[in-house]
Amino acid sequence: MLDAALLSRIQFAFTISYHIIFPTLTIGMAVYLATMEGLWLKTGREIYLRQARFWQKPFAITFGMGVVSGVVLSYEFGTNFSRFSEIVGPVLSPLLSYEVLTAFFLEAGFLGIMLFGWKKVSPKVHFAATLIVAVGTLLSAFWILAANSWLHTPAGYTIVDGQFHPESWLEIIFNPSFPYRYFHMVFASLLSSSLLIAGVHAYYLMRGKHREFAKVGLSFAMWALMVLAPVQILVGDMHGLNVLEHQPVKLAAMEGIWETHSGVGLRLFAVPDQENATNHYEVVLPNVASLVLTHEADGEIQGLDAVPADERPPVAVVFYGFRLMVGLGLLMLALGALGAYARWKGRLYDHPLLLRFSVAMIPAGVIATLAGWYVVEVGRQPWLVQGLVRTMDVVSPLPAEQVATSLALFVVVYTLLFGTYIYFMRKLVRKGPDSGGAGEKNSVTSSEDLLPVTLNPDYHGREGESAEGISTALNKSGQEG
Amino acid sequence: MMDLALVYLALIACGVLMYVLLDGFSLGVGVVAPWLERDEDRALAVKSLSHLWDSNQTWLVFGGVALFVAFPKAYSLVLSELYLPIILMLIALIFRGVAFEFYFKSDTSRGWWNFSFSFGSILATLSQGLILGTLVQGGVEQGRLEWLTPFSLLTALSLLFGYGLLGSCWLVRKSEGRMAARSRVLARILLLCVLVSLALVSLGMLLTQPQVAARWLHMPGILLLAPVPVLCAWVSWSLWKMLGDKNGHDLQPLGLAMLLFLLSFVGLVAGMFPYIVPGQLTIWQALAPESTLIFALVGIVLLLPVVIGYNIYNYRVFAGKTRMEDGY
Repeated sequence: MLDAALLSRIQFAFTISYHIIFPTLTIGMAVYLATMEGLWLKTGREIYLRQARFWQKPFAITFGMGVVSGVVLSYEFGTNFSRFSEIVGPVLSPLLSYEVLTAFFLEAGFLGIMLFGWKKVSPKVHFAATLIVAVGTLLSAFWILAANSWLHTPAGYTIVDGQFHPESWLEIIFNPSFPYRYFHMVFASLLSSSLLIAGVHAYYLMRGKHREFAKVGLSFAMWALMVLAPVQILVGDMHGLNVLEHQPVKLAAMEGIWETHSGVGLRLFAVPDQENATNHYEVVLPNVASLVLTHEADGEIQGLDAVPADERPPVAVVFYGFRLMVGLGLLMLALGALGAYARWKGRLYDHPLLLRFSVAMIPAGVIATLAGWYVVEVGRQPWLVQGLVRTMDVVSPLPAEQVATSLALFVVVYTLLFGTYIYFMRKLVRKGPDSGGAGEKNSVTSSEDLLPVTLNPDYHGREGESAEGISTALNKSGQEG
Repeated sequence: MMDLALVYLALIACGVLMYVLLDGFSLGVGVVAPWLERDEDRALAVKSLSHLWDSNQTWLVFGGVALFVAFPKAYSLVLSELYLPIILMLIALIFRGVAFEFYFKSDTSRGWWNFSFSFGSILATLSQGLILGTLVQGGVEQGRLEWLTPFSLLTALSLLFGYGLLGSCWLVRKSEGRMAARSRVLARILLLCVLVSLALVSLGMLLTQPQVAARWLHMPGILLLAPVPVLCAWVSWSLWKMLGDKNGHDLQPLGLAMLLFLLSFVGLVAGMFPYIVPGQLTIWQALAPESTLIFALVGIVLLLPVVIGYNIYNYRVFAGKTRMEDGY
C-alpha cells in the first residue's frame, strides 16, 4: 500500500524539479536579451536586434512553461503540506507575498510589452520593458531563495505554541546560507543559458547557416562561459564551506563520510551502503577532503555517525548528485577554456571540436542545476526545517488515492508538455533567425516582421525619436552582406 | 487600533475580485471560443489576450499568497480539504496557459491548441465554481467527495456562464464586424443563463444556509442588502439593451458585466462574513501573528498601487481593437 505522505513528497519533488528547469533558463536568457537589445540601441548594429528578436521566442515559451508550472507550486504548500503551511507560514508567507508583488506582477506586466509591443512603444520603452523583465526574474529568485535558505539555516524566529513566529525580518531574509545559495543559483542560471546559447549558435556554424548571426551569439556565450565557470566553482566552494558550518550531516553525505575522523580522503567514487553505514568500491584521494574543507591535511571532519541513523539523509542520492554536478561543472570549465584557446588562435567560429562540444553541452547546465538541488534538498532530509521540523510530520493527512491520482495526472501532463516544449524549441532553432538582409541565404520569413518600431508606418515616434539611427544600421548591415 | 483581520479580509476580497474580473474574462474567452464562427476568429480571440493573460492570472497567486499570509490556518485547511478540485484547476490552467505560448508557433497543430485553450479554460472555471460552491456551503470532510453536490455543480455552471459573459463582452470590445456581432449575440444568451443560474444559487443559499437567510430576510440586513438585487436587475437590463445595438458602445458592456459580477460578489461576501472558511473558521480564529501581518502589509500598501499602475499602462499600450499583424 502506497503511503499518502510518501506520494505527496514524490509529487512535490517531481513538480518542483520540473519547474526549476524553466526559471534556470529564463533568468540567464532575460539577461542575454536585455544585453543584446541594449547593444542594439547603443551601437545601432542590426545584428543585435536580430539576436534579441530571435531569442525572445525560445524565451517566451520557456517563460510560459515556468509560469504554468510555478502556479502549481504556490498552492502545493497548502494542498500537500498543510501542517507545514500552518506552522511555518507566518515566517515564510510574507517572503512569497513580496515575490508576487515585486517579481511576478512585474514580469507578467512587462512581458506582454516585451513580446508583443515592438510596434506599440518606442525602442527605449521597449528596452526598459526587457530590462524590467530581467530584473523581475532576479528578484523572484531573491525571495524564493531567501525562503528556501531559511529552511536550511533558520534564523530570526521564536516558537510560540508550536508555530514559528517572526522576530527579525533581516535575519530571516539574510539567513546564513542565503547569500551563497543566491549567487550559486544565479550563476547556475547564467551558465545554463550561456550553454544553451553557445550550443545553438555552434549548431548553426557547424551547418554553415546564419554565420554572421551565429558568430555574435557564440562569441558572447564563450566570453560568458570563460568567466562564469571558474567564478561558479569558487562560489560553489564557498557555499560548500557554509554547508560544512551549518549542515555538517549534509556535507558528510555529499562526501560519503560515515565516521568522524581527521585526515579525510576525497572519494572520487564509492557505492554508499546506508544500512551498514559504509561505502563499497571506494576510490579515494587521501587527505584531500580535509585539505579542501579545513585547509589542513589532517583536519577533522564530522561524519554521518554524529547523528542517529534516522537523522541521516539518503546518502547515495546526495553523494552521486554532488559528483554529477561537480563533474559537469568541470566540463563547463573545460569548454570555457577551449573557447578561450580557440579565440586566441583566431578559430573560434570554425574549431570543430569546440562547436561539437558546445552542442553536446546544451543540457549540461540544467542537469547540473537539478543535480545540485537534489544534493541540497535531499541532503537536508529527514528535516524540512533543518533540525526543527521533520518532513514526515507536516504532510497533509490526505487519502492516498487522491494523491496518487494527482501525481499520475501531473506525470502524464508534464511529460506530454515537456515533449511539446522540446518540439517547439527545436522547431524555433531549426527555423533560425528572421532575415536581416545581411546576405544570408536561408531566410524564409518576411522581413516585415523584423521592422523596428520606428520604421513602422503605424507608429508615430514619441519624444521626437528619429528613424535615422535605425535606417543607418539597416544600411550598414546591408553593406556587410 | 486597526483590526488587521478586517484589513486583510478586505485585501483578499479585492484580490479575489480582481482575479475573478480579469482572469474571468480571459477564461471566459476560452469558454466561448468554440462558439465563434471561424478559426481566424479564435486566433484573434487568443491573440487579444496573449499580452495580459499572465498578469491576470497572477491575481490568483496574489489571492492565494495573501490568504497564506493572513490566515495560514484557513489556507492549509481549505487547500488540503479541497485537494482534488484545486489540483484539477491548476492542471486546467496549465492547458490554458501553454496554449497562448504555442498557438502562434504552430503551423499544423492549431486545432489542438484551440482545444487546449478552451478545455483548460472551461475545466479551470468549473473547478473554481466547485470550490466556491463547496466553501459557501460550509466546508467538507476530508477525503469525501463532498465538493461534488448539486449545489456546487450549480455554482460551477453559474461561474461558467458568468466568465463566458465577461469573455464575450471582452470580444465585443476587441473584435470588429462580423465577429463583434457574433460576440454580442453570445453575450446576450449568456446574460440570460447567468440571470437564471444566479437566481437559483441565491434561492439555494437562502434555503440551505440559515445564517444567510437570517441576514438577508430580516431587519436590518434586508434594508442594507435590498439594493443589491435591485441594482442587479437594472444593470442586467442596461447590458441587455446595449448588447442589442450593433453600433452601440463596445467597452461599456464589459464594464456592466463586471458590475454584475461585483454585485454578486458583494452579496456573497455579505452572506459569509465574518467566516473565512464558512461554518468552520472566522477571520479572527485563523489570523497570523501581528509581525507577519505588518511586514507583509507594508509591502502590499507600497507596491500594490504600483502594480495596478503598470497593469493599467499595459492595457493602454494594447488598447483598442486587436489586429492579427501585431506579433512578435
